[in-house]
Amino acid sequence: MPDGASPILEVQGLQTVFRTRGGDIHAVNSVDFHLQPGELLGVVGESGSGKSVTMMSLIGLLPSPPAEVRAGTVRFGGDDLLRMPARQLRDIRGARIGFVFQDPMTSLNPVFPVGFQIMEPLRKHMGLDRAAARRRAQELLELVGIPDAARRLGDFPHQFSGGMRQRVMIAMALACDPEVLIADEPTTALDVTIQAQILVLMKDLRERLGMAVIWITHDLGVIAGIADRVMVMYGGQVVEQAPVKALFARPQHPYTRALLQTVPHVTGARADRLKVIEGQPPVLSGPPRACPFRARCPHAFETCARANPARVAVGPDHDAACFWDVDRGAPRHV
Amino acid sequence: MFTYTIRRLLIAIPTLLVISLIIFLVVTLAPSDPTANLPLSIPSEVRAQMREALGLNEPILVRYLLWLRQFFLYEPLHMLDQAFGLSLAGEDMQRILSWQTRSPVADLIVQRLPQTLWVVGTSYVVGVLIALPIGIVSAYRQYSWFDQIGTFVSMVGFSVPTFFTGVLLIVIFSVHLGWFPSIYDTTLRVTDLSTFWLQIKQMIMPVAVLALYNAAQISRFMRASMLDNLNQDYVRTARAKGMTERVVVLLHVLRNSMIPVVTVIALGVPTVFGGAIITEQVFKVNGIGQLLIIAIQGGDVPTVQTLTFIFAVLIVLFNLIADVLYGLLDPRIRYD
Repeated sequence: MPDGASPILEVQGLQTVFRTRGGDIHAVNSVDFHLQPGELLGVVGESGSGKSVTMMSLIGLLPSPPAEVRAGTVRFGGDDLLRMPARQLRDIRGARIGFVFQDPMTSLNPVFPVGFQIMEPLRKHMGLDRAAARRRAQELLELVGIPDAARRLGDFPHQFSGGMRQRVMIAMALACDPEVLIADEPTTALDVTIQAQILVLMKDLRERLGMAVIWITHDLGVIAGIADRVMVMYGGQVVEQAPVKALFARPQHPYTRALLQTVPHVTGARADRLKVIEGQPPVLSGPPRACPFRARCPHAFETCARANPARVAVGPDHDAACFWDVDRGAPRHV
Repeated sequence: MFTYTIRRLLIAIPTLLVISLIIFLVVTLAPSDPTANLPLSIPSEVRAQMREALGLNEPILVRYLLWLRQFFLYEPLHMLDQAFGLSLAGEDMQRILSWQTRSPVADLIVQRLPQTLWVVGTSYVVGVLIALPIGIVSAYRQYSWFDQIGTFVSMVGFSVPTFFTGVLLIVIFSVHLGWFPSIYDTTLRVTDLSTFWLQIKQMIMPVAVLALYNAAQISRFMRASMLDNLNQDYVRTARAKGMTERVVVLLHVLRNSMIPVVTVIALGVPTVFGGAIITEQVFKVNGIGQLLIIAIQGGDVPTVQTLTFIFAVLIVLFNLIADVLYGLLDPRIRYD
């Protein structure tokens, strides 16, 4: 992707806290990242690493209470989404930023026909009348590869299969030609052949429509096939960020390396057991004062318990938040 | 849907026959005597003759079958005659007569139904109209002061019996303030604005008492149903599409939440026709509920039997209506 072009989305110091009875949970801790126009950014990390919460914080989709975005700025088209009146933010949601969710079985409203649900953003954001919105909705269904689109507009979600419902979700998210599409594990709830179809569809749509995509997943195989750049999250913070080739060729953060090792290989000798990362992800009950990965890290040393490593450049457009230099096998001098 | 409805109606026939038999047995076998309320000066032979004249010496099964014939054949014919001026019913086709008043039970019901429908029906409508917004707001602002007060009032309305709230209102508004009459005047004819105002005034207290009770139940139901739906994924989707909170809550969530609530509301309608036995007694509304309680006290088997059976028919009917409504409101349900 062209470097140097100004990013369409720029997040700095994002901090999200869930206020619970048992105390605050620091789910997202000073996350910085940016998204270039037309780029596909993959976001990976295990469950609870803060991927979804980060993205939902951006556009105010977290229920508040208990969620609270404490700090940060989200630059989008010259405005800060976090300091925008609710009304203005609503005009961006669904119009300039589209969202596709994980579970297509429950993400569509069961009592309205899919045509109505696709037409809703069209009528609100683009001010289309009923007939025009209907035509556009039909185009969208055709775009995402639903056969017999005109007739299916009147069908209810339960009359579609899981894969078809996810196509409907994508059609809905694309309705107003968004500049950014956030896809939150869009293929996780689907079986593998349908996953492949949706991936091909998304690749194709992105080439045709040219929007930037943030793709949240914990499937590294998907990322390798689709992303331009990857951001790895752990314990509510970004631990490594790199172009996709660099990340798979020379991962710099021990967590990324461990994550890559857990992927079972089809070729070669079969290991007796699947590889896992030993231990549990951290409980985020306070703001991080040390490296969140140190308890599970094979390279952890005393510095890791004293401070939380900042992200340092380790290559072209490649950074990692670690005190250990894996290339030299020694602590990094920062 | 149509065949389903027809099938349900056909199934209702044996159900209702069994219900009518059970009601008949319960009412007939109860140790009551229709002559017990008569003056003590009437000698016992005369009482025995009276019982015989009422057909009490016949076997129970015969009495049941006779009642069935009266209810399903003679009464409809008489009603058609009355409605269209025909003469379908023969001279020997006796109507179901109340033992107490010797007038046809159907006429008693026709006399009393307007009062019940006005008072109890209005209270049901008012109760629903109050309950729905309260339930919606309580759920949307869960644990807010509005919700807390709503919960408290609902608990009070639900748990304090109507004979207490009714008498309380009478003491406050009739006895002390003198704003409203404590007795419902059935002879009042609404002809102009001032009589209309009188009618409103005499309806306010019984309607308020019953509406509080109905609203308490339905608002809790509405709240629970809204809460179930507010956390669904599709709500997040609607917000992600940039819909306003009004559209999210009043269109997406409410449309889903109404499905079980409409069912509950439909199931409650037969109680409107059944009247409110206690509240009608407290405010002296001579409606169906009062008719039933007087008939029970007087051992008036035909009246009790007929009224109870009509309630049973309404309950079966509105169960069916509730199921059909469920199918209409929820596209996932298909009765085929």
